[in-house]
Amino acid sequence: MTVAGHYSYWITIVIAMAGLYIVIARGNLVKKLVGLAIFQTSVYLLYIAPGKLIGGTAPIVAEGFAVYSNPLPHVLILTAIVVGVATLALGLALVVRIKEAYGSIEEDEILGQDPAPPGRTP
Amino acid sequence: MSPAETLLAALAVPIAGAGLIAAAHRVPNLREGITLATAVTLFALVASLLPQVAAGDRPAITLFEVMPGIALRLVVEPLGMLFAVIASGLWIVNSLYSIGYMRGNKEAHQTRFYVCFAGALAAAIGVAFAGNLFTLFLFYEALSLITYPLVTHHGTPEAMRAGRVYLGILIGTSIALFLVAIIWTWQLTGTMEFRPGGILGGDIPNATVGLLLALYVFGIGKAAVMPVHRWLPAAMVAPTPVSALLHAVAVVKAGVFSVLKIVVYVFGVDAIAGLTSVDWLPFMAGFTIIAASIVALRADNLKRRLAYSTVSQLSYVVLAAALLTPLSIIGAALHIATHALGKITLFFAAGAIYTAAHKTEVSQLDGIGWRMPWTMGAFAVGALSLIGVPPAAGFVSKWFIISGAIDAGHMTAVAVLVASTLLNAAYFLPIVYRAFFVAPPDDGHHAHGEAPLAMVVALVLTAAGTVALFFLIDWPLALARQLASG
Amino acid sequence: MISQHYPVLHVVLPLIAAPVMVLARHGGIAWLLATAVSWSSLAVSVALFAQVADGSVVSYAIGNWAPPWGIEYRIDSVNAFLLVLVSLIASVVAIYSRESVAAEVPREQHYLFYTMYVLCLAGLLGIAATGDGFNLFVFLEISSLSSYVLIALGRDRRALMASYQYLIMGTIGATFIVIGVGLLFLMTGTLNLADMAARLPGVTETRPVLAALAFLTVGICLKLALFPLHLWLPNAYAYAPSAVTAFLAATATKVSVYVLLRFYYTVFGESVVFAALPMGGILLALSLAAMFIASTIAIFQDDVKRLFAYSSVAQIGYITLGISFDSATGLTAAIVHLFNHALTKGALFMLLGGVALHLGRIRFRDIGGLARVMPLTSFGVVLAGLSLIGVPGTVGFVSKWYLVLAALEAGAGWLAALIVLSSLLAVVYVWRFVEVAYFREPSEAVSRLKEAPPSMLAASWVMVVGCVYFGLDASTTVGGAAQAAATLLGIGR
Repeated sequence: MTVAGHYSYWITIVIAMAGLYIVIARGNLVKKLVGLAIFQTSVYLLYIAPGKLIGGTAPIVAEGFAVYSNPLPHVLILTAIVVGVATLALGLALVVRIKEAYGSIEEDEILGQDPAPPGRTP
Repeated sequence: MSPAETLLAALAVPIAGAGLIAAAHRVPNLREGITLATAVTLFALVASLLPQVAAGDRPAITLFEVMPGIALRLVVEPLGMLFAVIASGLWIVNSLYSIGYMRGNKEAHQTRFYVCFAGALAAAIGVAFAGNLFTLFLFYEALSLITYPLVTHHGTPEAMRAGRVYLGILIGTSIALFLVAIIWTWQLTGTMEFRPGGILGGDIPNATVGLLLALYVFGIGKAAVMPVHRWLPAAMVAPTPVSALLHAVAVVKAGVFSVLKIVVYVFGVDAIAGLTSVDWLPFMAGFTIIAASIVALRADNLKRRLAYSTVSQLSYVVLAAALLTPLSIIGAALHIATHALGKITLFFAAGAIYTAAHKTEVSQLDGIGWRMPWTMGAFAVGALSLIGVPPAAGFVSKWFIISGAIDAGHMTAVAVLVASTLLNAAYFLPIVYRAFFVAPPDDGHHAHGEAPLAMVVALVLTAAGTVALFFLIDWPLALARQLASG
Repeated sequence: MISQHYPVLHVVLPLIAAPVMVLARHGGIAWLLATAVSWSSLAVSVALFAQVADGSVVSYAIGNWAPPWGIEYRIDSVNAFLLVLVSLIASVVAIYSRESVAAEVPREQHYLFYTMYVLCLAGLLGIAATGDGFNLFVFLEISSLSSYVLIALGRDRRALMASYQYLIMGTIGATFIVIGVGLLFLMTGTLNLADMAARLPGVTETRPVLAALAFLTVGICLKLALFPLHLWLPNAYAYAPSAVTAFLAATATKVSVYVLLRFYYTVFGESVVFAALPMGGILLALSLAAMFIASTIAIFQDDVKRLFAYSSVAQIGYITLGISFDSATGLTAAIVHLFNHALTKGALFMLLGGVALHLGRIRFRDIGGLARVMPLTSFGVVLAGLSLIGVPGTVGFVSKWYLVLAALEAGAGWLAALIVLSSLLAVVYVWRFVEVAYFREPSEAVSRLKEAPPSMLAASWVMVVGCVYFGLDASTTVGGAAQAAATLLGIGR
């Protein structure tokens, strides 16, 4: 396959890096979660795209078809999506509680509110 | 009671005693009584093994297997027998002395003191009867840990600093050097048993033997070979009964005992006699002897002087072990016993002086002999033993060590021994002289008499023991001969 | 016969218990269920361990779908060891948690706490028992999500941020793992671990396989907190409820180590991991960094829980160091240290939980003279601390012994020296506690403290006694570890 023929992988990589960048570079807690969700989405693409075989039909047994696309990745990704949703929900719930406790959802503001990390006892 | 059961009992009795002492916390007289009873029982058990060992038996018991191939095992051999008898016997006397000291100085935390003492004796017995390197290491570490509360007894910042030095050096050397040596030995030979003639076998390279010996000698920090000796003067911050215990009975003797045992049973005297890589050890020991004596000479604090004297005397044993001749091995074993009796007397005297007169420096001791005749008399006897003057027992061990040095043709060692005898005289005799032949200063100090009775009895007993041992030298000599030949 | 369902029973029971607890809405009932479930999982795990002690393998097909098409639960001597460990810790912590959770978590949330607790247990046991790559990811996420919730239930509001940061890092780690599994799936066409192992040698394009290995390594090392991917651990352990810290410190990272071993030896095989790639060297370097840097940071901590959290990072370095040797002794050392460290840290954090019960945050300046009011707790901490140092007679010594032996066998004397030197760092921070607890005068706040409640004290001391018992009679643990190491190396190619 040519380099361009691997376009699904290129897109996967771009999405993954975009997601990771957001997680690292953004200080807003909700934006971090968005980045995380984007990163997880790239994984879905990684699994599903290769599942479609060239010349393959839908995975339902039918007369006259020899090559079927692989249904397993879809099943796996349904699971992964559920996991992703749960993670996102949990993360957002945490953000709500953090907002209640600190009054902000910006990371540097929150970390600045607590006393400095404990150092050596005198 | 079978020998194996006696062995187990010897270990169990002081541990049980510690528990009972803790339980008797509220009844001081009962508590002290339990200490004495435990000490007497232990001595009886240990002494009962003596005839069998003297006849050539080696009672043994395997307690349990810890890791595949590595067991907790107790075996009685001549050197261990000697150490155990000395340790358990002196515990009785030391307990008597402690009662006088702790009550005389109205010390706090006495229950903790007696409990840790009993525990330390249990650990010392474990070291004495260790049947393999692992068991030795286990009880060696236990001894370091159980004596920490004793060293830091007073709880002052000074005591805690000293405790840090104490534990830092002892645990540091034991984990960083001693443990590595043990595991390396296990990896090289596949065994950790103590065998007459050694376990290394002939095909270990020269350099490895030398390195291994270095790891052992410096890893056994309790033997106080320079430069890992600093814990000893630091531990002087403890109450004097603890110093007496550390310097005569348990800790330091466990150190030199371990060194001697490892030289005889792991390396094998004849096996390493010809190797060049072990030549450094007599010089290291000799250096320690001289250097420590010089520091002792210049120390005014009495306990500090005694501490450095101990560092020096311990290296006598290491030097004797390093000379690798039968006579020097006998001398090393004997010196463990004779030094114990002599030094404990000296420390008892130091504590008595502190308790009765509140004096700690040598320069304050003018004329004190007339107020405290028993104390200073005992001190004189102990000093003579350490210098090596007959009829004190120290003479015999020194004789054997020097003979061994001549036998080995090691003239440097002979010179060191002679020089240190002179140095010993130089830092002990002036104290005796000043105590009896110099008039006390007229500083209006309140009159004082002798120390409490229990302390005086104890130090007279050990002083008498030092002389008695000279005449009764046969039984330790027989054990030492077995060690050198077996 | 119910015994043929053992491989899956210990996972199913907690999973069923969770919704029952939510419906019951009662803290006491939830606690009872959690304890019952933990104890039955322990019974099942012990039975499985006995079954595979001779080196055999128990294979169980979920829903009777035969592997490799169906999900297979595959118990051999490696994961049986781990199953016993996890369920044992869970059982002891369940007893412990009654009073601890009552003090630290608001009453109306107790049943939710125990729900998450059993879900976490189910997740961890599932990771250990499964033989399917994607199923492993699913249970990994189950255990991770429930641990995020558990950590966030801590008293201090910093627990929330700690949980959030753990969530971000943990999810990235899990996603890396699933990318790795996905790449392997693409190259071999199967998700069953044993089947992957059979098919991998036949794969001609090795670059995706190596990429999969890389992703899996990074993802798993994030979960097991190998330096420098450990940043989530100190805060998470310090601010979580005490029972949670005890449970997670003793189990979560250990299970991640198991996952690493499983992928390295069973799926990829030694020849790929250690021969073709410099994995041994990388693990060695990171382990040494963990051992020394984390121990040093620990020495300067003021918060006692945080100190021991950093100590955990250092101890994990010992485990990965054992793995990096790629020898029988090294692996035995690593696996036995899984057990030994779990006992030690479990004991420590449980004892500290007893202190935190009324004191809240434990800082060195607050606990002066603790030994006078809480003598049993303080002495327990000293004993567990001695195990951290590696004093003979404790479990820590057994691990150190085999580690140094492995280093000497590999001809790396300098490494043996480094291992013992790092133990000396542990002496420093353990002795800090000894000096503060035993040698200072108790403050007002400390004088008002009492010894921990009997259930907590008993549970903690069970672990402390375990530390000493298995240090004096290590034949079972070392035997199990050696058997596991042999299995791993035997499968390896």
